[in-house]
Amino acid sequence: MKNTVILGALTVAGLAAGAAGAATLDDVKARGTLNCGVSTGLTGFSAPDANGVWQGFDVAVCRAVAAAVLGDPMAVEFVSTTGQTRFTALASGEIDILARNTTWTFSRDNDLKFEFIGVNYYDGQGFMIPKELGVSSAKELDGATVCIQTGTTTELNLADFFRVNNISYEPVPIETNAEAQQQYLAGACDVYTTDASGLAATRASFETPGDHVILPEIISKEPLGPLVRHGDSEWGDIARWTLNALIAAEEYGVTSANIEELSSTPTDNPEINRLLGTEGELGAMIGLDADWAKKAIMANGNYGEIFEKTIGENTPIGLSRGLNAQWTEGGLMYSPPFR
Amino acid sequence: MTTMTDPPGQGFRLSQLIYDTRYRSLTIQVVAMIVLMLLFSWLVSNTIHNLETLGKDFDFGFLTQPSGYDINQRLIEYDSQSTHGRAAVVGILNTLLVALLGCALATVLGVIAGVLRLSNNWLVSRLMAVYVEGFRNVPLLLWIVLIFALMTEGTPAPSAFRGDTPSSSMLFDAVAITNRGVYIPAVHFASPFFANGALNWLLVLVVLGVSIFAIQRLRHWATEKQEATGDRPTTWYLILGLLILPTGLLMLLMGAFLDLPSLQGFNFGGGIHLRNSLIALWLALSLYTGAFIAEIVRGGILAVSKGQTEAAYALGIRPGTTMNLVILPQALRVIIPPLISQYLNLTKNSSLAIAVGYMDVRSTLGGITINQTGRELEGMLLLGLFYLVLSLLISGVMNVYNASVKLKER
Repeated sequence: MKNTVILGALTVAGLAAGAAGAATLDDVKARGTLNCGVSTGLTGFSAPDANGVWQGFDVAVCRAVAAAVLGDPMAVEFVSTTGQTRFTALASGEIDILARNTTWTFSRDNDLKFEFIGVNYYDGQGFMIPKELGVSSAKELDGATVCIQTGTTTELNLADFFRVNNISYEPVPIETNAEAQQQYLAGACDVYTTDASGLAATRASFETPGDHVILPEIISKEPLGPLVRHGDSEWGDIARWTLNALIAAEEYGVTSANIEELSSTPTDNPEINRLLGTEGELGAMIGLDADWAKKAIMANGNYGEIFEKTIGENTPIGLSRGLNAQWTEGGLMYSPPFR
Repeated sequence: MTTMTDPPGQGFRLSQLIYDTRYRSLTIQVVAMIVLMLLFSWLVSNTIHNLETLGKDFDFGFLTQPSGYDINQRLIEYDSQSTHGRAAVVGILNTLLVALLGCALATVLGVIAGVLRLSNNWLVSRLMAVYVEGFRNVPLLLWIVLIFALMTEGTPAPSAFRGDTPSSSMLFDAVAITNRGVYIPAVHFASPFFANGALNWLLVLVVLGVSIFAIQRLRHWATEKQEATGDRPTTWYLILGLLILPTGLLMLLMGAFLDLPSLQGFNFGGGIHLRNSLIALWLALSLYTGAFIAEIVRGGILAVSKGQTEAAYALGIRPGTTMNLVILPQALRVIIPPLISQYLNLTKNSSLAIAVGYMDVRSTLGGITINQTGRELEGMLLLGLFYLVLSLLISGVMNVYNASVKLKER
């Protein structure tokens, strides 16, 4: 009896001690793999392919960070998280970085004690509804049953939207995107709401995507980005500048096709040279090899290549660049200079 | 041969703490206590240290902040501007609702299945065995998800009721079974005595309670008369009248009318909406726990000596009456204590509600609130405290009941 009590207490203590210390970089290097939190499966953003290898837009960020830190883009341990479990997984140290279409908000940054390292997709919340219902605006949704992923910002936006427009609705809270899809297709809810990119990705996996429309209203700003724990600035910097390197690479025309050539000899463009480590000491400044950014870009290509490969117009998901184009082309993607 | 031994001159030695059986057990207990205290203090300091590392404080202030989210099934007034504390209360009431409904149905199912499993009819007893073994040996979560999936996929959407030639129609024009839940008629009052609907229903319940009390007095009077004269007066029409008339008159006075569900916009409106999540969770919890209760009931009945049955039969009492008046009252003494723990299990298992999106306290306070505020420790402590208090309450009440049916020793 006494034994069980003590063993129980030890187990609890062990769980409580799980919260990691500050030096995430050292932990990752010692472990040899990067623990990356992703969704439970959202085609295009993070989902395992037929061979069980995780693929997608958010997954590419993890692979780039793993390549920059460990030199191997495949050295990633993916952890599936739901909208409800993701923050606990990150706060407890179970994962080193969370790349799971998570909206950057004030309270998540400050109250939940996380550090958003940037935005890899500018999104907004939309509504998807079967065409046969003949609805053309979200304001006509009075009395509708709405499927919603619980524990997300969309849940709060939805409440605000319906309250401000003084119309009623019946929320159906759901854990994962797959369940929401099943409920929506069965007609248990009239409307499915989540980030517009998620709607496009979900619709792409339907048998007849043409039977469903995404309503024109975008009711919120959803800047989606990867995040790390608050308080480990070194690790945050590595993740932030890896993402910036991918964005900058597209701006400077560094692609997976020409990166070998560009990095073999210094080019005329000093910014490319500093980015690829053929000039300056940028790598040493964040505690990585000189060619860290080169390895990160080689993992999946630059930001534009990743976008086109996973969610771009030529994929079933078919998202246009829109706000996510480079700033030089009228979008919001803008990396601070590598200097 | 004589042995001369000195009487032990010295008093207490330290080694006695280990080698002397008079003190040894005390020593072990003190050491174990110290180790346990050290472990606990380490646990607490570890928690405090980790909270500090994360830069978090320990504060229940979030309970007074606006929650910002909506809850579909609410038994009290609540909207997204209400506080997290109120959201927790809405969740608590939903938990209590499903636990109460579940315990009631599980008991009925369990008693019936338990009695029938002992039936001499081969088919009936085998069927009950299949039910008990099937539900007992498959995890509850699977049953919840299965029932929910059946209800979502197997029933028509509200749109199927629409149009000139609808593919589905309502039962008796009053009950609509859809994949969003079952809509049943509700009773409303046209000229209520109180503005608050709940108070009106309370009034109806009080009148009904008084009627039932009067019926009991009537029966008591009939029994006394029977014992005195050997002639039992006919009372059934009096009982029926007492049961129906006062309540019926009151409801008529308040202008009771049936509010039938009807198609309104996207969904059915009016009536009472029993959501699929509630029904799936309720049925799964009841069927699952009912299987355990059936075994407890069977065990209780088998524990009553066969001589009791034989004696009853010898007196000419029929089998059904024997079960109700002779066997079950004695079996209750064996049944109640394990039944308490089944009620506790059902209540705690209701926290699986999130699997079907039922907004119980685990989903509101322990789910969305924690997620939006980042107060994991506070939320989980409150949640644990709630289940602890609820379980202690249930077992307290059931213990009182147990004391009333157990063998009286004087």
